[in-house]
Amino acid sequence: MNWLVRTFSCSVAKKQFMAVTGLAFCCFLTTHLIGNLFVYGGKDAFNAYVEHLHALGILIHVAEAGLIIFALIHIGMAIILYFQNLAARPVRYKKKSNAGGRTLASATMPYTGLFILVFIVVHLVGLKFADHSTTTTFDLTASVLSQPATLVFYIVAMVVVAFHVNHGFWSAFQSFGASHPKYTPIVRGFGILFSVVIGVGFGFIPIALNMI
Amino acid sequence: MEEKFINLTLKVWRQKRGEKKGKIETYQAKHISTDASFLEMLDIVNDDLTIAGIEPIAFDHDCREGICGMCGQVVNGYAHGEEKGTTLCQFHMRRFKDGDTIFIEPFRAKAFKVVKDLVVDRSAFDKIIQAGGYITAKAGGAPEANIFPVTYETGELAMNAAECIGCGACVAACPNASAMLFVSAKISHLALLPQGRPEAAKRALAMVRTMDACGFGNCSNERECENSCPKNISITNIARLNREFLAAGVLSTAM
Repeated sequence: MNWLVRTFSCSVAKKQFMAVTGLAFCCFLTTHLIGNLFVYGGKDAFNAYVEHLHALGILIHVAEAGLIIFALIHIGMAIILYFQNLAARPVRYKKKSNAGGRTLASATMPYTGLFILVFIVVHLVGLKFADHSTTTTFDLTASVLSQPATLVFYIVAMVVVAFHVNHGFWSAFQSFGASHPKYTPIVRGFGILFSVVIGVGFGFIPIALNMI
Repeated sequence: MEEKFINLTLKVWRQKRGEKKGKIETYQAKHISTDASFLEMLDIVNDDLTIAGIEPIAFDHDCREGICGMCGQVVNGYAHGEEKGTTLCQFHMRRFKDGDTIFIEPFRAKAFKVVKDLVVDRSAFDKIIQAGGYITAKAGGAPEANIFPVTYETGELAMNAAECIGCGACVAACPNASAMLFVSAKISHLALLPQGRPEAAKRALAMVRTMDACGFGNCSNERECENSCPKNISITNIARLNREFLAAGVLSTAM
């Protein structure tokens, strides 16, 4: 068992935990987005989709439990890595320039991550754990997102998610060592495309809800 | 390019030997030839400081040909200066304009303690090499050259990784002070060749563990290292380290 602890507590393994959980969240974002697209089918189509989803029963609970465990790993590792990285340079540079590798997305990963965490809490409290007894999911979502402050917060959060995914997607492949002259450019390109699709796809839903 | 002479303001990190704290001091670099290398400029400034009765600025240097890995400072926020693929000794003053202000700081990392001024202790790199950056082979006469078939492409990849001179610029440039580019270059140039395979798993685990123990940060794929490396070592080596580590940790019998 000692080897297990020794191997999985290494810096490289921590990054690989971040990678596998991060890619799982990318899968979740994909299914969540596909589901949300039922909004464009109107109120009845969306509510039917929600009922269909809830009819999955135990499967949904397993998926939720999985997401929570993955979130705990992702956030836990992020906190450890963040503070280890801070400690690795106790005296900062008076002047530091960008040599050309860093992007806005890569430089802000801990902060965009923290923002996403706040968003998830607001999102769950406001929609998932809100009282559904007197209203349908569609009406509840539409009424929550009709408040201007919430609307702006949701749209900003989706842009932030897009930035986080933009660096995270290819980074996950790199952390697993999946680097290949043929496939890495495809992974990089797909990562950018995916982040744009996530940002635009989710970002337009609150706007669309206000227009329907 | 025509030789010119320029005057500069230097903001240099000064730290006495044995002291934990230092500070930025301002010096004037007068009548500096644009043909001078950065280190030659510091030599000229040190002559002036000595004449003025001020302790000269201590900095590391050796071959001054860009091959030894001894020199290295963070100049205006760039490890080895702004020019790509060059060591500081090969970085020339023609890159500056008359009247420029230049910040000169040591490589900063918890694992690289400042010895004095711009001199840092990079023996953490030696510890990582001692942990596994070698092959165990019988000494003696040179073996038959073609006994191990190696393709040209693989040989080139190994040589590209072996170009690493261990200067520490990757650590200095990394926002997290991670040594992954250095370690990955050392792991790669051995892992790519048949001679390095027998100990590859043991090596990957030992070198990564030693790197962690030395207090380097974690890689977050910011790619500042490969953009600062005087030998243009690619982060594809870091990917190779990551998969070597994963294979060693999960699939090999190495503990």
